[in-house]
Amino acid sequence: MAVVMEKPGTTETAEPPAPVKRERKVGRGMLVAGILVGWLVLFAVLRGKQTLTLAAADLTDLHRWFNDANDSIGANRNSNPLFLYFFNEIRLVIDNLVTFFQGLISQPAADRPLPQIGWLGVVGIAGYVSWAVGNWRVALLAVAGFTFMGLQGLWQESMDTLALTVSAVLVALLFAIPLGVWAGLSDRFNRIVTPFLDFMQTMPTFVYLAPLTLFFLIGGASATIATVIYAAPPAIRITAHAIRSVPETTAEAADSLGATRRQSLLKVLLPMSKRTVVMGVNQSIMAALAMVTIAALIDAPGLGKTVVQALQSLDVGTAFNAGLAIVIMAIVLDRVTTAASAREETARRSSGRFVVWRRPLLAAGGVVTAVLVYLSHTYVWAAEFPGEGTTGSSIARAADTATTWAQDHLSGLTNAFRDGITNGLLNPFQALLTDSPWWLVGAVLVALGTVLGGRGAGVTAAVCVGLLVGTGMWSDSMTTLASTLVATIMVMLLGIGFGVWMGRSLLVDRVLRPSLDAAQVMPPFVYLVPFLALFGATRFTAIVAAVVYAAPVAIKIIADGVRNVAATTVEAATSTGCNTWQIITKVQLPMARSALTLATNQGLIYVLSMVVVGGLVGAGALGYDVVAGFSQGQLYGKGLAAGLAIVLLGVMFDRITQAAARRASA
Amino acid sequence: MTQTQTEVPQRRGTPQDPEGTPVISVRNLWKVFGPKADRVPGSEELCGLSRRELMERTGCTAAVRDVDFDVRKGEVFVVMGLSGSGKSTLVRCLTRLIEPTAGEIVFEGEDIRKADAARLRDLRRSKFSMVFQHFGLLPHRRVVENVAFGLEIRGMGRAERTRRALEVVELVGLAGYENSYPDQLSGGMQQRVGLARALAGDPDVLFFDEPFSALDPLIRRDMQNEVIRLHHEVGKTMVFITHDLSEALKLGDRILIMRDGKTVQCGTGDELVGAPADDYVREFVKDVPRGDVLTLRWIMRPLEDGDALDGPELGPDVVVREATRAVLAADKPVKVVEDGKLLGIVGDEEILAVVAGQEGGA
Repeated sequence: MAVVMEKPGTTETAEPPAPVKRERKVGRGMLVAGILVGWLVLFAVLRGKQTLTLAAADLTDLHRWFNDANDSIGANRNSNPLFLYFFNEIRLVIDNLVTFFQGLISQPAADRPLPQIGWLGVVGIAGYVSWAVGNWRVALLAVAGFTFMGLQGLWQESMDTLALTVSAVLVALLFAIPLGVWAGLSDRFNRIVTPFLDFMQTMPTFVYLAPLTLFFLIGGASATIATVIYAAPPAIRITAHAIRSVPETTAEAADSLGATRRQSLLKVLLPMSKRTVVMGVNQSIMAALAMVTIAALIDAPGLGKTVVQALQSLDVGTAFNAGLAIVIMAIVLDRVTTAASAREETARRSSGRFVVWRRPLLAAGGVVTAVLVYLSHTYVWAAEFPGEGTTGSSIARAADTATTWAQDHLSGLTNAFRDGITNGLLNPFQALLTDSPWWLVGAVLVALGTVLGGRGAGVTAAVCVGLLVGTGMWSDSMTTLASTLVATIMVMLLGIGFGVWMGRSLLVDRVLRPSLDAAQVMPPFVYLVPFLALFGATRFTAIVAAVVYAAPVAIKIIADGVRNVAATTVEAATSTGCNTWQIITKVQLPMARSALTLATNQGLIYVLSMVVVGGLVGAGALGYDVVAGFSQGQLYGKGLAAGLAIVLLGVMFDRITQAAARRASA
Repeated sequence: MTQTQTEVPQRRGTPQDPEGTPVISVRNLWKVFGPKADRVPGSEELCGLSRRELMERTGCTAAVRDVDFDVRKGEVFVVMGLSGSGKSTLVRCLTRLIEPTAGEIVFEGEDIRKADAARLRDLRRSKFSMVFQHFGLLPHRRVVENVAFGLEIRGMGRAERTRRALEVVELVGLAGYENSYPDQLSGGMQQRVGLARALAGDPDVLFFDEPFSALDPLIRRDMQNEVIRLHHEVGKTMVFITHDLSEALKLGDRILIMRDGKTVQCGTGDELVGAPADDYVREFVKDVPRGDVLTLRWIMRPLEDGDALDGPELGPDVVVREATRAVLAADKPVKVVEDGKLLGIVGDEEILAVVAGQEGGA
């Protein structure tokens, strides 16, 4: 992902990297095996000692201190100048923005019983805007999608989600695009900002919520701020990348003609990166939607709330209906913004008659939209979505029926699968992690980090282990770690299987890729719903959802890695008489090993964020601690500590695998 | 390093006065990349190191090392070298697209290195322009808008700059493609757009950074002829960077050969071929068809007793290939005469030595 732009002149001097010593590589595998064997032996001896378990209601001093801090912040919220003039002001501005959009499309506004713009107006605007920035096909999709959400009986919830998403994206872009341009222009700023962006994107969506509630209270404002924080990094990164990937010659040509910095920015760099920046907006919107739904945990209104409530009461039908609405919204937003970025290219080509007709057509469309908005503002039939949401009820009923059927008829199969994995892999592994003395697991983690990622990664691992112990959440962290690792192993198996298949066959690639792309767009927690139906509320549900959530990324990375192995190398191997298996194992996978480590990195991070969300459906451990912290005042501190523990796990995984990836590609 | 800079009258009748002040005058120019690059040009010891030694000692790369040359008004000055010889860095230093580390660049009496940002921008807008190897066109603008870009930067009004741009588009032979987008054009045509953009501002000096290296051989030849034609029509001073010796010989009034950032030799094409400064240049020019480059001056022999002095007369700057027929047709040796003074004579032997025996030294 990182784009390195080398200055002219430095390229000529690059010394060939020192050859990796061969005996060392052999030694690394042996070392890892040695560490694991040593762990098992010590585990057998020391089982159950110094495991730092903490009962569900127990608190440590740190947790109590967090609670006190929360209480004192709550007490002084309206007197402390920092809050009075800073946090409260931010909250007020964001709150006003959100309320404005909600009043516009979702909530009763001012002295009206209904929002300013009713469903007909919103559908009209959605269609018109999609047509103007994209094309008529996505406009149809948008109209159909929005209407369907109404038919589902989820109009108001959908509009709440949309209002939150829109306000968060607006605020995020307001900061992200200028920052991105700056990072694109200035190497120094780019160097400063990149680690922060990495860090922000590594974190599971979830962990932003806890600390923010401390400063901005529970509710829409916190949710929006969390969303802004989560949605800004991709836009910053992609904007910077877009600016940086303008060919150097072009920028130089503008310089050589005597352009000022401002001129070359406005006339060269920005127009040339427009298309990519729109892609950044797309990423930002998708991230925002994912976050807005999860922010239901801190009482953000909208579809997410319906899903969370339904999940908590194990009402699969309702959760499925609302989840479907989230999926539809994700598809509509994604397609429209993708079409908008593609438009940059096509608009240019279709010169001539379309251009002549476009303006009058746009104007006419604008008038029609304005009429629709007016109607929906004035008449109840156009304001309130008609019908009782019967489609929604039938979807929910159908989902319930399917669930019951699946539980009746497939339970043998699914339970066997679940119990097989749980008893065969998950339980032993979890026992190994949670029943070993903490210092033993810590030492193993540090040792593995050092062996795989080098000294830097080892130090990071040591610091993270120390802090994890400090949070008082050691045992729960180990449970989460066990689930995460098991899920990651499954992700990598899927990733290598499908990735190699896709990498070797263009046909398979063409068939699978669109569904993988679509799967990545979905907010993580809609994945929980179908698996909740199949496997009930267990750890395992979260693991399967995590596997399904993380697999597309891993598959795509590995497929690209395999595809990028030079065709001549494969040809050479074939000509020496390798069979397919030999080509895969001796040529393609070894040559794609940096892709494999990168896939592991991404897989781990995705899995972690999902396993944590799994706290909602009985996955327990850290995710549950965080959720409980939001709902029960006396557990607030513990939830915050659990959020911190998730961050630490994420940082540790990320650093070790990234260091390993750098080694692999060196 | 040895450096030959013999004053030889030009073989092409380009307008110039060797005595007048040069348009660009470069003295002791250095460009060093790397940490604390400033210390390198000043230090006697570091200057003496080879590139690799310098890299090992200081972590710096000297891309341009102590280069001197003058570009005269109206000439085509070619800088030639292999990749990594520093020629592209050199040409960028001349307009300070890359900031030189040390040295002096005087343009029409003004030290460019002392110009502040505004003055530099001013110079770039009105005095210099550059044609790039990879064109550097703006993909989101039509041909005519690309050509007008420099004028737009200057703040010229839309109508006027479009009129001017259309003129230049016509001049480079792109009439009919004004409203195309760059990626709808072939490489050669894209480079014509680059050329038109450079000409549009009516600059005093045109810089070409390997403009034709990315093009197919046939297109390259067309474009070279185009440059020659434009040079005749508009008579601009041109500084031309290339790694292709035949291109250098074809276009250049004078050629500067660079190696590892240093000047190896600077002179006309026939000087490089006739009197290579060292083995590097000799190796370079080995395969050049000598008859196409050398003039009679290089092959004539001094008058000996018994030479018939009633043969036909030719000037010393006639290329051998063009003289071949005349010399071989004449019964007697041809006299090489300049300003009524007999410089030497050329007989069948001398001509055949060049035309038939390519290996022989001059």
